[in-house]
Amino acid sequence: MKLTRRETMSFSAGAIALMIAGARTAPAMAGAGETDAAVMAFSGGAQPEAGVITLKAPEIAENGNTVPVSVSVDSPMTKDDYVESVAIFAEGNPNPEVVTFNFTPRSGEAAATTRMRLAKTQNVVAVAKTSTGKVYIDKREVKVTIGGCGG
Amino acid sequence: MASAKPRVKVPKKASAGDVITIKTLISHKMESGQRKDKKGEVIPRQIINKFECFFNGEPVFSCDIDPAISANPYFEFSAKVDEPGTFKFVWTDDDGSVYETEKAIKVN
Repeated sequence: MKLTRRETMSFSAGAIALMIAGARTAPAMAGAGETDAAVMAFSGGAQPEAGVITLKAPEIAENGNTVPVSVSVDSPMTKDDYVESVAIFAEGNPNPEVVTFNFTPRSGEAAATTRMRLAKTQNVVAVAKTSTGKVYIDKREVKVTIGGCGG
Repeated sequence: MASAKPRVKVPKKASAGDVITIKTLISHKMESGQRKDKKGEVIPRQIINKFECFFNGEPVFSCDIDPAISANPYFEFSAKVDEPGTFKFVWTDDDGSVYETEKAIKVN
């Protein structure tokens, strides 16, 4: 079969449109609603406040298979007032949960770094819970060039 | 996966009261349970679901891990040392295997 240039172009445009449509419908992604529900479940219903917690992630991640993320929370980390746990959620992954860090006063600092998978461009959310019952939240968008969920 | 090999970086010595940084890495494929093989069948999930760090038997840091953590999970965190002792690191696999390693630290 021989294709003219024009035919080739329209054919590939169609193929791209199909791919996009397929990508939209194929895997069931978590979405913002499910992430909010997961955040609420983690915070125990408390409304999270902004500030105190800092989430660090690259603006653009070329490879969604390993995206470095860091969280740090400003806390004295004493026996009476320390950060109990920090959870990371990804809105656009099949499941929003990524990891939960559990700290103790022996941690010295409420800070941790890991590498995560991101299926597509999406918001990453970090939520911290302190021993005094405060809940803090930070959000960052990460643009992903190649998704990291296999398929 | 018996070949999981933990690697840990802890400073050899510190002053009492210092907050030190610990880096850990373990080789593990972290199969997410989302991927399919060539026949289109889902490859069953097998990940490390828990990591814990103890200092002289007391918990310092731990994390509950979901499949969204990359292969060869890497964790960097801090610990406050007041006395010499030993850090113990424990990784728990979905299949029940437990991988452990220890590192001593001198404190003056």
